[in-house]
Amino acid sequence: MTNPWTDIKNTDLVIVMGGNAAEAHPCGFKWVTEAKARRGAKLIVVDPRFTRTASVSDYYAPIRPGSDITFLMALINWMIQNDRVQWDYVRNFTNAPFIVKDEFGWSDGLFSGYDPEKRDYDKSSWDYVIGEDGFAQVDMTLQNPRCVWNLLKEHVSRYTPELVAQVCGTPKDRFLHIAEMIGECAAPDKAMTSMYALGWTQHSKGAQNIRGMAMLQLVLGNIGVRGGGMNALRGHSNIQGLTDIGLMSNLLPGYMNVPTEAEPDLATYMSSRAFKPLRPGQTSYWQNYSKFFVSFMKAMWGDAATAQNEWAYHWLPKLDVPTYDVLRMFELMKAGKVNNYFCQGFNPLLAFPDRGKLTEAFSKLKLLVVMDPLETETARFWENHGEHNDVDTAAIQTEVIQLPTTCFAEDDGSLVNSGRWLQWHWAAGTPPGQSKRDTWIMSQIFQRVRTLYQDEGGILPEPILNLTWDYADPEEPTAEELAKEMNGRALADVHDLKDTAKLLTPAGKLLANFSQYRDDGSTMGACWIFSGSWTEDGNMMARRDNADPDDVGLFPNWTYAWPLNRRILYNRASADLQGKPWDASRKLMEWDGEKWAGYDVPDIAPTSKPGEVGPFIMNQEGTSRLFTRGMMRDGPFPTHMEPFESPIANVFNPEMRGNPVARVFVDDAEQFATSDEFPFVATSYRLTEHFHYWTKNNRINAALQPEFFVEISEELAALKGITRGGWVRVWSKRGSVKAKALVTKRLKPLQCGDKTVYVVGIPLHWGFVGAARKGWGPNSLTPFVGDANVETPEFKAFLVNIEPATGEAVS
Amino acid sequence: MNIDLSRRGFLKLAGAGVAATSLGAMGFGEAEAAEQAHVRAFKLASMTETRNTCTYCSVACGILIYSKGDVAAGENAVITHIEGDADHPTNRGTLCPKGAALKDIVHSETRLTAPRIRRPGAAGFEEISWDEALDKIARALKDDRDANMVLTNDLGVPVNRWTTTGFLAASATTNETAWLTYKTVRAMGIVGFDNQARV
Repeated sequence: MTNPWTDIKNTDLVIVMGGNAAEAHPCGFKWVTEAKARRGAKLIVVDPRFTRTASVSDYYAPIRPGSDITFLMALINWMIQNDRVQWDYVRNFTNAPFIVKDEFGWSDGLFSGYDPEKRDYDKSSWDYVIGEDGFAQVDMTLQNPRCVWNLLKEHVSRYTPELVAQVCGTPKDRFLHIAEMIGECAAPDKAMTSMYALGWTQHSKGAQNIRGMAMLQLVLGNIGVRGGGMNALRGHSNIQGLTDIGLMSNLLPGYMNVPTEAEPDLATYMSSRAFKPLRPGQTSYWQNYSKFFVSFMKAMWGDAATAQNEWAYHWLPKLDVPTYDVLRMFELMKAGKVNNYFCQGFNPLLAFPDRGKLTEAFSKLKLLVVMDPLETETARFWENHGEHNDVDTAAIQTEVIQLPTTCFAEDDGSLVNSGRWLQWHWAAGTPPGQSKRDTWIMSQIFQRVRTLYQDEGGILPEPILNLTWDYADPEEPTAEELAKEMNGRALADVHDLKDTAKLLTPAGKLLANFSQYRDDGSTMGACWIFSGSWTEDGNMMARRDNADPDDVGLFPNWTYAWPLNRRILYNRASADLQGKPWDASRKLMEWDGEKWAGYDVPDIAPTSKPGEVGPFIMNQEGTSRLFTRGMMRDGPFPTHMEPFESPIANVFNPEMRGNPVARVFVDDAEQFATSDEFPFVATSYRLTEHFHYWTKNNRINAALQPEFFVEISEELAALKGITRGGWVRVWSKRGSVKAKALVTKRLKPLQCGDKTVYVVGIPLHWGFVGAARKGWGPNSLTPFVGDANVETPEFKAFLVNIEPATGEAVS
Repeated sequence: MNIDLSRRGFLKLAGAGVAATSLGAMGFGEAEAAEQAHVRAFKLASMTETRNTCTYCSVACGILIYSKGDVAAGENAVITHIEGDADHPTNRGTLCPKGAALKDIVHSETRLTAPRIRRPGAAGFEEISWDEALDKIARALKDDRDANMVLTNDLGVPVNRWTTTGFLAASATTNETAWLTYKTVRAMGIVGFDNQARV
């Protein structure tokens, strides 16, 4: 989230699209209720299903799963056609004036440079014209036909209300009503907030869905302001933190990257990370990359990371593919190329797509290690549960070790919430039986591996033998020690870079924040964005002052927000070019003639003059981007793409299937179905009574929602002869499930041109262990393909068939 | 909205306080001291109160956990009650149907309590000791890493990549667990590394 949960009370308009906050984030959604009650804010919901959020909305429109880009581009088109644009914001705070290369273009649903053989783009034309001064050329009048604004205008011109009706199945009048409501927020004193979740990410073009809304928000001037923002409502309690610390195949902590094979040495790695400003005087904060990188390497390997050995650069793995993401790992596992696999608090047998493939893959492992507080289906993938897990146990040779861990209530430490607050918590209970903290388990495993390398030697022992391990009790590092490592510490005296006589932090002390990180080996710090969270002043994450000066909604002294305790990202954009708030009643930051002051920690250097330094300090442009150059694989603008399984051909290019650059493994491509055989569109969702696959282990939640069901419209029930509450079989080309039918008015058939589209809703909370009745998850049915940029699986739009079935009578 | 008085202290006062005040109002002033002495305090007042965060979604509602015994003091502590933290700015004491049932996930019948192993082809798990489990894991890691670590690519570039062992981390663990996990997994060269953010 760019803004905290508590800021939602400041909004004028909430759009929930790609999520269902009232159901999945109930206590955060309370702030929508607050905005509605106290500010008269309105709520719009766009969703295939009339959700619990829709039931408290002011306006609802249905949409066909997987057609969001069309809806969003049509909104931008409508704003431009009807002059609902925050012009000063667009001209100065976005890259609208930047001139793009003549070679860039779009036709037949594809951007320039497409290579169908490689399923990839040559992105060289997707870039700015760079002048002789080394800066990108701009036209502040927005007259140049090749400026981003005019290219955007042309790009979205295809997305008319009529196209929305045809592609999305959203009635034209509903679309237009929503466009008018949103258009009001182009006024500088109006703000809309976007609240979205997995309804947007779990598509083969999920990242482009989100970009579509971000662009709309920029056109309306709603980023960086109170009551605005792009608010990703994240799922797990610390999914933000694990992303921040980079526990992903291709990431280093703080959104840095694992090197690739094309970067054989540190100099090459750094050469593409200079982040030279593209406009004069811009911050381009990633210019400090080397400081964050070297400090991370010092946190890993301490004295063994030296300037001479490129800070141990060669001890980091180098990738030969963009990522070894979960889909690739299970593809490799199925091919017998993975021997050991660890699941730490993760239940992939129900969480990843195409369960049949997952079971086959798990069965090829030598060793599966599961660390969890609870029983999981994954730990018992080899156990026969009849139709719910029909496997040949004796034939499965995988050894499984199940390790009992503590749960949240038995552990100290911090979690990062959606709004980037790092909140410390304390252990309250004694763990049951022999269960242990994950920190103890990881330490034990690592120390034993290290001892084996010490005793026996082996391949490349250096990164293991030299890993920093200076904890008071090497058997179990404390949360405090680990938090301090992430904050960072001076290894030698750290002086001011401009005034070298001035000592900032003496050797051995904790750094105040990441501005003290250095790339000469004098500092260590594992996760630069967290720096400032545990300083010589103490644990900032444990602060509990819930004062909120002037009821702004920021609670600046409650725990800690990364970066630098900043509560709203891009907050300089809340004020105009002169530094005056766009909306005096919603002041956030203001230029007082000498410096930036206000309720939040300013994004930009406090003394940088308005009109000179742009608010989007992480970007080389100093502005936000309506056009993303070559930074995304599937285009610098979002363009309509159908799901890989769709009842409708792409209107721009009927030959094009799914996302043209998404990675598809050969076997999986053969498992994609057409609507001839599988005529109905399915989508997955959550219920408020359950959390993923955990709460079925809890008798209260299991009693609240005891059994698996699928949700269908009255029309589909009539079409297939399905009775309310009767058994149905739902199957895709990959698997089959049996469920009770929940026949509701919440789903209606969508009329997309001459095609009637029926949607089947499949909630995701059941499996074969726990206190609830045995059932299935949607992943028994879903396709094995991910987003082209980040490989998030396409759970939200796929094809199935449905028929009445028989099952045991349930009273 | 700052509350100096701890909730526990408040509960202690409130139990006896309400009884004494109403007696006082009815003209039994001298009975106050006697009442204060024998009115039973709320049961929660004898519990240890701990600040924590709901383990489910990332609204991250503040919660108060009440336990019999104090783990911070090295005692055995049994969690008896969990409720929303009224001081927390986001949830202000409210909880959803999942958060309201947190105590029962802590005490779920399907909590794991001992390391176990399922041998190849076996129809069930059997208990093993921590030592045996951890030694087995360490041995499997070492052997697989030594056999399959890719030191260089075809061009002779050092790549130090280990693809035959993978690790899924948990996005409900703390940042501190995550960092320790990151450190150890990356130091070994594992690249098949992800968490729920991928899904």
